Amino acid sequence: MAATTLEPASVDGDTFLDSNELVLNMGPQHPSTHGVLRVILKLDGETVLGTDCVIGYLHRGVEKIAEDRTYQQFAPYVDRMDYVAAVSNGLGYCMAVEKLLDVEIPERAQCVRVILTELNRVASHLLWLGTHALDIGAITPVFLCFREREEVLKIFEKYCGARLTTHAFRIGGLQYETYDTFEKDCVAFCDLMEEKVKEYHDLLTGNRIWVKRTTGVGILTAEDCKAYGVTGPLLRAAGVAWDLRKAQPYCGYEKYDFEIPTREGADTFDRYIVRMREMEQSCRIIRQAVDALPSGPIKGKVAKVIKPPPGEAYVSIEAPKGELGYYVVSDGSLKPYRVRVRPPSFVNLAALDKMCRGSLVADVVAIIGTIDIVLGEVDR
Amino acid sequence: MPSAPWEGSLPAAIKERFGDGIEGAVLLGGQKLLTVGLPSAAGVLASLRDDHGFDYLVDVTAVHWPKRERPFDIVWILYSFAANERIRVKTTAADGEAVPSVTGLYNSADWLEREAFDMFGVRFEGHPDLRRILMPDEWDGYPLRKEYGILQQDGAWVRENLKIESAQ
Repeated sequence: MAATTLEPASVDGDTFLDSNELVLNMGPQHPSTHGVLRVILKLDGETVLGTDCVIGYLHRGVEKIAEDRTYQQFAPYVDRMDYVAAVSNGLGYCMAVEKLLDVEIPERAQCVRVILTELNRVASHLLWLGTHALDIGAITPVFLCFREREEVLKIFEKYCGARLTTHAFRIGGLQYETYDTFEKDCVAFCDLMEEKVKEYHDLLTGNRIWVKRTTGVGILTAEDCKAYGVTGPLLRAAGVAWDLRKAQPYCGYEKYDFEIPTREGADTFDRYIVRMREMEQSCRIIRQAVDALPSGPIKGKVAKVIKPPPGEAYVSIEAPKGELGYYVVSDGSLKPYRVRVRPPSFVNLAALDKMCRGSLVADVVAIIGTIDIVLGEVDR
Repeated sequence: MPSAPWEGSLPAAIKERFGDGIEGAVLLGGQKLLTVGLPSAAGVLASLRDDHGFDYLVDVTAVHWPKRERPFDIVWILYSFAANERIRVKTTAADGEAVPSVTGLYNSADWLEREAFDMFGVRFEGHPDLRRILMPDEWDGYPLRKEYGILQQDGAWVRENLKIESAQ
């Protein structure tokens, strides 16, 4: 959280009257900033000359809390960072600790992890699509998206009792065996989704207002993405077919047949198309994982008291928003010595200024939406 | 953790160029880790980007070891899209010692260095705008330092700005 460095170019005497430059505050209480994000805009008329983000309103000191909890006690906290993709957060953390412990995770647990993480990816993208469309002025999609997202949350609820902050995984595998109709529910959801994605396309893809509001808006080229460390759908919409599930497979993703959707335009519209296709690809993975779901144990050989040997590990996964990494340092005690979260939302949001420069004020709302941030993760 | 020497052309080239500046190149649990002296850090990072294709700065962070002579570990995590390779570069710094900023090499360093400064008080020299990012500007203390208590807060700031006795 910090005050702005953006000042009007000239505030004295006559030049001020000639100038159209203006500093405008947006947020933190603003419906389209998806939480408590404050953006200070420097404008020339309707054109954005620069932005400055003020963040930290939701800072809870997650990394500090980690140092005061045991490894297992900290696991539920990570769900509260990116709370619309809690399963991904949990997966990354568990994998980092498992790396320190050097344990093997049973096949069945890996497979269920893939299914739940992909379901969560669809849920996260659905929430993004609904709210992003709402920001731009299309009201209908949000109702449809929440309708379908509900089906994912029902599966989560049946599986572990929680809908959002699921704490679905445990260090070493899973806590719960799947319920009786788990496979059937997952396949039914894929059937439903594949149908509904077409419906979203009908609503938006050919919609002239939608196309006009998103095409050419918030361009971030592949080079810029790399320079700013931007990953996830933003990078893929810039034509880079990079996805950690393919680049450095984990949880057995190498066994599944799926594509990395890419586009060349690197604008808001292309990111929309990339995310839509990703939802379809996720359904494809879920179907394969359900078919291949092996029987067997769901938890690896992990002691009741988790005490990794001194050392450090960095493990990252492809979260719905980009590369989510955990850098965990152990000093051999019961509590992590340091847990560093490499949040995709935080890093991607840093590119907002680059994307907004030269665009119109109304486009800032579209650009914040297209980055797909969750302030819980930005501020931690 | 199992640790093995990291052999190969990359550590060899770096060692040849920076000599004593490189303190170690190991595979820690299979992950590539390069330990460098603080004076060589800027050169190593620039060389990794320009000569070895590490074009994506994943993260910049710090770890506080208060009992050590040089209490801060500064960690850079780099990735190369071309080689699909990830490495960590680590150095140590004394309290208040200037650490070179990599904002000139990677735009992503801007916010990441601000966060490390905010949480640990690590001074990144050459950063264009090193100010707090998550905590309020006037906050006293660096929360992720080990001596900073889990319930500690800047009481004066809380009373003045939130008009309450305690934020706990």
